[in-house]
Amino acid sequence: MSLMVEATVRGARRLGDYIVLSFHAPSIASAAVPGQFVNIALEPGGACILRRPFSIYEADASSGDVSVAFDAIGSGTRWLSTRFKGQTLDVVGPLGTGFTVEPGPALLVGGGYGTAALTFLARALPGPVHAIVGARSASRLFIDDALRSVAASITVTTDDGSAGTRGVVTDVMPAVIAEHGIQTVYACGPNVMLKAVGTAAGVPTQLAVEEFMACGIGVCWTCVVPVRANGSVAHSRVCTEGPVFEGAALAWA
Amino acid sequence: MGVDLSVSLAGVRLANPVVTASGCFGSGKEMSRFVDLSALGAVVCKTVTPEPRLGITPPRGAETPSGMLNAIGLQNPGVDAFRENDLAWLASLGVPAIASVGGHAVEDYLRCASALRGAPGLVAIEMNLSCPNLEDRGFMFALSAERAAEVTAAVRKVCDVPVFVKLSPDVTDLVSIAENVVAAGADGLSLINTTLGMAIDVESRRPKLSTGTGGLSGPAIRPIAVRCVYQVHRALPHVPIIGMGGIRTTADAVEFILAGATAVAIGTTNFFDPTATEAIARGLGEWCDARGITSLDQLRGQVKTEG
Repeated sequence: MSLMVEATVRGARRLGDYIVLSFHAPSIASAAVPGQFVNIALEPGGACILRRPFSIYEADASSGDVSVAFDAIGSGTRWLSTRFKGQTLDVVGPLGTGFTVEPGPALLVGGGYGTAALTFLARALPGPVHAIVGARSASRLFIDDALRSVAASITVTTDDGSAGTRGVVTDVMPAVIAEHGIQTVYACGPNVMLKAVGTAAGVPTQLAVEEFMACGIGVCWTCVVPVRANGSVAHSRVCTEGPVFEGAALAWA
Repeated sequence: MGVDLSVSLAGVRLANPVVTASGCFGSGKEMSRFVDLSALGAVVCKTVTPEPRLGITPPRGAETPSGMLNAIGLQNPGVDAFRENDLAWLASLGVPAIASVGGHAVEDYLRCASALRGAPGLVAIEMNLSCPNLEDRGFMFALSAERAAEVTAAVRKVCDVPVFVKLSPDVTDLVSIAENVVAAGADGLSLINTTLGMAIDVESRRPKLSTGTGGLSGPAIRPIAVRCVYQVHRALPHVPIIGMGGIRTTADAVEFILAGATAVAIGTTNFFDPTATEAIARGLGEWCDARGITSLDQLRGQVKTEG
């Protein structure tokens, strides 16, 4: 099965400040695991010469539909936000190494639309699932009905206090971990948040890392992060060995 | 198909002129998910050095208009692991391989060339004298005709396959450097490597690359690359050139051949369209057939600059 497919747009919807774009790509929908991503060609033929990676938010093998969530802030993502039903998209995926599902009580920690990848994961987790969802302000929280139905608890933080607790996700994380006997933390969001989560969790973490990515398919070595292995540090590819890494293995400065 | 796309690259017969640009295709393993490697003239592998290299601290890349900047710093597993894993894999598939070798000193190039002697499937060596992202850029061999000639002559003595020398466009007189490395024994030239660039995030006031500067590639540099191939081919018409720099389409590849390239390498475009190499190889045949062209000899260097 080719990894490069012509997908048909199903439609776009809003979730807070974000756009959720759905497209029909059966090969991706049936193969995708949580934490993986797709690499989409934006404005083909234009001045953008690189694809953009998007975490997979929803993948339904029975319908063949896949969706991604994003913030339409650049010319490429604005172009993507204007795709309508029936148009085609050039999509490569699923790519990367996703989350490893562990037994026991789990905590999802999502920043901004990073919660999208965790929502996909939430349905696959066996144990009780708790979530901490953070953002700059209320409209930038990413919480959908699927997460509400799966999660035993959702704790919200915003930088400006417009929803939930004023502060950042790590302000509330120790109490949530202690209260629910969390055994594994899965996180997706800005790298600065991931670093803080990895440092503060005190239990094993799986972090979905972001880094500038040129090819997404393992050949350009642009998207690397420092990872500890066999007593030394190596540069591993976010697109191939990642995007999900064990927090303890990341040798972030 | 009526056209014979095969080309002779310093005596090496390739089924067609489309090869991969070093550093944009790995050694083909990842790309074989998208491309039938046997449809390509050869795979030019990512540069290796005598010892493994960790490469540069991220961020390593940034997109720019019609181009991208990169500073990878020659992250690689070392020449011995490359020979054992990558070259052996390409040989097992029967895909012609061109190894790219790099380093800081003549000794580094010699160690790589020696380690690659007799490697099955290896049809040529490309000497990367022009990576812009080594720690000591001032010592980039391709900036000096004398140093480039010195390292070329040394490597030529130990190699059992043709030696191509990859040069930088960031020089005042590319032709004189090309003439010097050819006089020193280079069997062919690879033109061009990335050109040094920089991009700054205006909010953080920080360069977008951790190194500050990096190599610019993609369609943004294609006119520079075509110019370099044209100038060098005019001065050295019998020296085979692997032309590259921003090739995205079949027509772009033809442009390089008209400027004088014997083969064309596809680089940054692989990142957007991982099927581009095979598509351009196929497209080249169709392009020639549609125009009654039966051999690439009818195109090579045939840009009309008079009349």
